[in-house]
Amino acid sequence: MITQAALMHYLVWPLVKFLVAFLIVQVIVAAMNWVERRLLGLIQARLGPNRVGWHGLLQIVADPIKFLLKEDIVPSSSEKIAYFLGPMLPLIPAFIVFCLIPFGPGPMFLSARVNVALLLILALTSTGVYGIILGGWASNNKYSLMGGLRSAAQMVSYEVPFGLSIVGVLMICGSLDLVNIVNYQANNAWNLFPQIVAAFIFFVSMNAENNRTPFDLPEAESELVAGYHTEYSAMKFAFFMLAEYSSMLVNSCLMTILFLGGWTIAYDGHGLTTAKLISMGNFGALLGFAIFFAKVMFFMLVYIWFRATFPRFRFDQLMDLGWKWMIPLALGNIVVTGIFILAGQERLMYWIGLATIGAIFFYLSRKPAPSPTKAARPHKVVHAS
Amino acid sequence: MFDVHEMEINFGPQHPSTHGVLRVMLTVDGERIIDAKPVIGYLHRGTEKLFEHMAYPQCIPHTDRMDYVASATNNLGFVETVEKLMGITAQIPKRAQLLRVILSELQRISSHLLWLATHAIDIGAMTPFFYCFREREQILDLFENYCGARLTLNCMRIGGMPEDVPAGWLDDIEEFIGKFDAAVDEYESLLTNNRIWKRRTIGIGVISPEEAIEWGVTGPPLRGSGVNWDIRKALPYECYPELDFEVPLGINGDTYDRYLVRMAEMRQSRRILEQCIPLIKETPAGDIKAKISRVVRPPEGEVYHSIESPKGELGYYIIADGKSQNAYRCHVRPPSFVNLQALPAMAKGHLVSDLVALIGTIDIVLGEVDR
Repeated sequence: MITQAALMHYLVWPLVKFLVAFLIVQVIVAAMNWVERRLLGLIQARLGPNRVGWHGLLQIVADPIKFLLKEDIVPSSSEKIAYFLGPMLPLIPAFIVFCLIPFGPGPMFLSARVNVALLLILALTSTGVYGIILGGWASNNKYSLMGGLRSAAQMVSYEVPFGLSIVGVLMICGSLDLVNIVNYQANNAWNLFPQIVAAFIFFVSMNAENNRTPFDLPEAESELVAGYHTEYSAMKFAFFMLAEYSSMLVNSCLMTILFLGGWTIAYDGHGLTTAKLISMGNFGALLGFAIFFAKVMFFMLVYIWFRATFPRFRFDQLMDLGWKWMIPLALGNIVVTGIFILAGQERLMYWIGLATIGAIFFYLSRKPAPSPTKAARPHKVVHAS
Repeated sequence: MFDVHEMEINFGPQHPSTHGVLRVMLTVDGERIIDAKPVIGYLHRGTEKLFEHMAYPQCIPHTDRMDYVASATNNLGFVETVEKLMGITAQIPKRAQLLRVILSELQRISSHLLWLATHAIDIGAMTPFFYCFREREQILDLFENYCGARLTLNCMRIGGMPEDVPAGWLDDIEEFIGKFDAAVDEYESLLTNNRIWKRRTIGIGVISPEEAIEWGVTGPPLRGSGVNWDIRKALPYECYPELDFEVPLGINGDTYDRYLVRMAEMRQSRRILEQCIPLIKETPAGDIKAKISRVVRPPEGEVYHSIESPKGELGYYIIADGKSQNAYRCHVRPPSFVNLQALPAMAKGHLVSDLVALIGTIDIVLGEVDR
């Protein structure tokens, strides 16, 4: 017998929460487009969109309107059904995932608490690639086909280190539930420190998963024109873009939850833990959401920063990196984490992680080598190859 | 069932990274290039034929439109060839010579900046593009101050220069070259030691010195292979012998070495400009034209003359019949056209991604290839 309370609890509230999350996410995705263009402009000594509205903010509205009004061109030689399905398939999992992600403390911010949420998210996000392959193939364009194939190979390759890097976190936290993972970190320390290697692999893989620079080969503009979405126009193209930005957001959320303590800022149970935030009432809930949002935005901005900085990998080099470096490294991380846990030395891992981060900063802050082109004499340009 | 399925791809003429309307017919196995055939001619305007129907001074604007990112050096090559034909090379005043050198070195920097911008964006690095254009814009402003045009300059005349140095122009150049070295450092900080950049360029499109000479490759691609051949040093023209500069050479002949050579060349061009400023200040103002007849009618004969354009050896071959005011025949040896010959050999065995790097590293301008 279905009671009204059960109906509210299991169907209505989750749907309402999902819809709210969905709308907020859509606004963020549209806004990210503006943020990306403005930030790239800032980095690249130019302005970026600043004409529509205050500082170009209405660009967020203008772009969707433009996409809706543009002519929807369907190539006459395309495989019609697959061509239509192509842009939709990546969009669906990218949206569904948002009902599994907790955006803040308490049940208010989570539409569906699943005890295997992490597995479910991995399973859902990995289906996004089908749309890209399908769209690339159905366009009946050689560049699209190559883009689709690149995307398939890339996603399959990076799905493995992506999944393996999470295993270390699971071993430490002992749960697949995202809320439990966050609470564990609040009661101990951010997983970033004991799992610095996993965090690095996760971050690189999530860049590759989303086809972002330096792994943007499937849509490499200078090589494949526009890759898998060469033949897509108007709203169909916008769907691909929505899916890309949505999954960027999902992955940034996952990074925040898995490695940076989600909506908490706490160490060893002191500070803003989930319980503390909930006890603060509405203000605490908002504060938790703000902390979470800030951390997610940090990773979104790093995505954009990467895009401005790096050249693109070549296809075979990408595979090299994935199979020869990322996967062995992720496997090694699991073994090392296991040894530490067996030895009961989890705390030692924190200090090792902290020391590693310090060493990385020290390495990055050293003076760069002088350029070989600077010396006027001797005029041989020498480099080690 | 297991036989190789080759795919044919038309890379261009409408493609973001073929630098204009180059078409490369690719035969690929997966992504590996089995064969690459460049197809040219989409921008053919019959410039050489046009030269036969125009008086020599009228040809100068047409030379602008060959290598349209380096028009000053195109002008220089043409006017010097005609001057050589008329035997008035020695009469060109010092001030005009220095002005020509200043314009061509500025043009070399601007052409290399455009090359770097497009080469970097082909390999996926977006930001150097905008940084390069920031500096290139300043050079174009300098051109505008000198002759009113920014791209198709038409800035040289047979026997001298059209205008004297405008007021304050030399100070503007000094200000530009004062900041330019730091700008090159900035580009290099983004690329030179970047691992992805190195992996994308080292060992890609290797040309051995022997092959380079056999293909007739000139300019930075030749020097990237370690052959010391710069026409400014080998067959000096204008006042280059008086100026102190180095010819940067590569070792391995790959894309990375060609990149380094061009970066070093930009720094050397800056050095040349630095030396030209005090020299031109010593020369008398207004002395920019040799005293020759206004009607250019060279004696009967033929002449070949070449200069070092940013892309390589730019040569003009002119036959004059001694009676008319226009050339009987004018042939251009465009460096991009000749350098493009090496593309199929360089591309074979590499991936499609490398092809865009190779097109970039040859530094072609289709206006010059097709003429």
